[in-house]
Amino acid sequence: MPATSTGAPGPGRLPLPLVEEGRHAARICNACRYCEGLCPVFPAIERRLDFGERDLRYLANLCHDCGACLDACQYAPPHPFGVDVPRTLAALRRASYRTYAWPAAPGGLFERSGLALLLGAAAAPLLFALALGLLAGGDVFLAPHRDEQGAFYQVMPHTAMVGVFGVLTALAAAALLVGLRRCWRDFGSSAGAAPDRGALWQAARDVVTLRHLGDGDPDGRAVRRWWHHCTFYGFLLCFAATSVAAVYHNVLGWPAPYPLSSVPVLLGSIGGAGLLVGPAGLLWMKLRRPPERQDRAQLGMDLVLLALLFETSLTGLLLLAARESAAMGVLLGVHLGAVAGLFLLLPYGKFVHGLYRVCALVRCALEAK
Amino acid sequence: MDPGRTYDVLVAGGGNAALCAALTARSAGASVLLLESAPRHFRGGNSRHTRNLRCMHDGPAHPLTGSYRAEEYWQDLLDVTGGRTNETLARMVIAGTAGCRDWMTAHGVRFQPSLGGALHLSHTNAFFLGGGKALINAYYRAAARLGVEVEYDAEVRDLDIADGRFRGASVARDGRAEAVRARTLVAASGGFQANLDWLRDAWGAAADNFLIRGTPYDTGRVLRALMDRGARTTGDPTQCHAVAIDGRAPRFDGGIVTRVDCIPLGIVVNARAERFHDEGEDLWPKRYAIWGRLVARQPGQTAFVVFDARARGLFIPPMLPPVEAPSIRALASELGLEPAALERTVAAYNAAVRPGAFDHTQLDTCSTAGLTPPKSHWARRLDRPPFCAYPLRPGITFTYLGVAVDERARIIWQDGKPADNLFAAGEIMAGNILGQGYLAGLGMSIGTVFGRKAGEEAARRARN
Repeated sequence: MPATSTGAPGPGRLPLPLVEEGRHAARICNACRYCEGLCPVFPAIERRLDFGERDLRYLANLCHDCGACLDACQYAPPHPFGVDVPRTLAALRRASYRTYAWPAAPGGLFERSGLALLLGAAAAPLLFALALGLLAGGDVFLAPHRDEQGAFYQVMPHTAMVGVFGVLTALAAAALLVGLRRCWRDFGSSAGAAPDRGALWQAARDVVTLRHLGDGDPDGRAVRRWWHHCTFYGFLLCFAATSVAAVYHNVLGWPAPYPLSSVPVLLGSIGGAGLLVGPAGLLWMKLRRPPERQDRAQLGMDLVLLALLFETSLTGLLLLAARESAAMGVLLGVHLGAVAGLFLLLPYGKFVHGLYRVCALVRCALEAK
Repeated sequence: MDPGRTYDVLVAGGGNAALCAALTARSAGASVLLLESAPRHFRGGNSRHTRNLRCMHDGPAHPLTGSYRAEEYWQDLLDVTGGRTNETLARMVIAGTAGCRDWMTAHGVRFQPSLGGALHLSHTNAFFLGGGKALINAYYRAAARLGVEVEYDAEVRDLDIADGRFRGASVARDGRAEAVRARTLVAASGGFQANLDWLRDAWGAAADNFLIRGTPYDTGRVLRALMDRGARTTGDPTQCHAVAIDGRAPRFDGGIVTRVDCIPLGIVVNARAERFHDEGEDLWPKRYAIWGRLVARQPGQTAFVVFDARARGLFIPPMLPPVEAPSIRALASELGLEPAALERTVAAYNAAVRPGAFDHTQLDTCSTAGLTPPKSHWARRLDRPPFCAYPLRPGITFTYLGVAVDERARIIWQDGKPADNLFAAGEIMAGNILGQGYLAGLGMSIGTVFGRKAGEEAARRARN
């Protein structure tokens, strides 16, 4: 049965020419069907007769942008039908991010990659380091530190660190959760059935294996999947490192820094390596795409998140390497500033694709049954 | 392309058969120049629009289900051609399809199970993952790896043939004519269905209302040159394969998305708003290929399929939405038909519909009584608005006329002797096997088997 389609407005309206472009492509794909075996986007199109804004946002967030369908498309530009599914869905995806963003005002950063990069990757680390230096005083900030426990907290008191990052984390988490909820209400729950265990299990497997990332790619560019794995699992390992360190500090009473062989340092180092290699690899692949796959509007947004992750990891590893030197204070400030910039921008950049992709995969698993 | 050089093999064409020939000849050690008349973006001829190839197989073999034995394949071919086929060549193609999937896979082609709208082909046809353009792209990548020289925007305009021997070709490139020399030729440049003048010769003024479903680059120039030089022809010169497509489709290259598949669910009327053929004669996969010719015989080569809200969701929708109206009268106005005439036709049809159990997936019991022409199946009253229609025109897929070849893919001269160093593969010689009719996926089978054969023979001839 065709899935129900509604043109009912979701949280916001998409620009009309973009909706028309999406509908044009979806109708052609629905009539052609040659790409049916490439990824779940095309079977999802085939389950529909009409393509309202919700459907388009769903399809856009289901697309992993592997490009195989453009390579295979007999109607790709310069054919007069001009079908470029990856580019059209990328534009719809960006518009959907803006639509789900909360609060709306910083959502403007989705389209202003230069500004986002300036704020997150440059201003935040510099200002944070500057503020830390002023507050800690030059004697402490610029002094060499032996590998003694609690050295970090001489530069920035533990309560201040917890306070600042507690607030930042809460803000980011709140904004991400509101976005997730808006997305799910837009095209997730409209499937008409609550997600059951089977659908959730299927979606979870698709997420952890990135099954559709690179599938159907004619040149075996599934290598992109491995760069993404490095990034994704690197991020999770760094998150785990911080969580273990929090337990060490608050439950066991062991203040940082920790020895090189300790669990938080090992997790953070491996994760940090992933966050250097993964984003670098993803960016490299984006830059060497063939001309017809270059999408400048998308590249800007991708670049911001990749740069922030790379910078966070790089400064963290430098801090680890130089934590006994006089540079520790500056590096700590820059690293914490980078983390702060990353957190602040998480809800207003490419990071959200992960959450909305999960919604789309759950919906897909539900309606494919 | 190096005018100072003599290539072992010159391949005229850039679709499936041309690439199969080029890859095979190059693998055998020959130097190969492939001339594609289209620009790079439109390379691949009509292979770009294909999606599967018909394969014999004795048991389930990915992506094929069940079995499809050589004899069954041959019977199917005999049925559709009414015997207008060369049995030796046909059996050679059929046998060749058993092994070609491995070769295709080795050259980058990937397969997938039968597409959703084509499950009836799951045991006979192997579908290409991503369709024909994905296949073509894979072959061009393989050609680059192997060192086949490829030129785009390079049309072979004439052939240099002396005493029955091919010596070279005249090529139009960047608006200039250039000569290129080669020891052998593989002609794999398709039929002439995009040549409007030639179509007019065969069909008269009606041809002006035909739409060409595929590439605009199949002008038949190499076919004409071979005919002019004395090649024997085969296949019906006045026939082409045509289906009914959306009349709003572009003149060329609309491909599969302009196909209209809802004829069994409605009625079809001509410009006088009169019905002219049984829309429910048989299952659609067995009948869709006749509707191009049926529409071509109507005034202005146009017709309209009219259906109502009941048909929604029961067929694969073409890319353009149907014309829609709240009443038959209003629909007629939208279509430019005489409203009273269409109302009369629909009323007569509605009155003739007999009760039955509707099932669009099989020959059901819904038919008309006392109506001429009848509608034998899927006849339901047209009374639930909105009323919808697609304008129809004949959409030409391919032509049958080609050059005769032998089992070594050598072109045969009018005196019956095979040519020494001229070979043909693909649509330009498909008429040897498919003299008339249509069998889904057969064109790609002929192109693949004869492409490889022509490449092998040309390489051997050039290097001896």
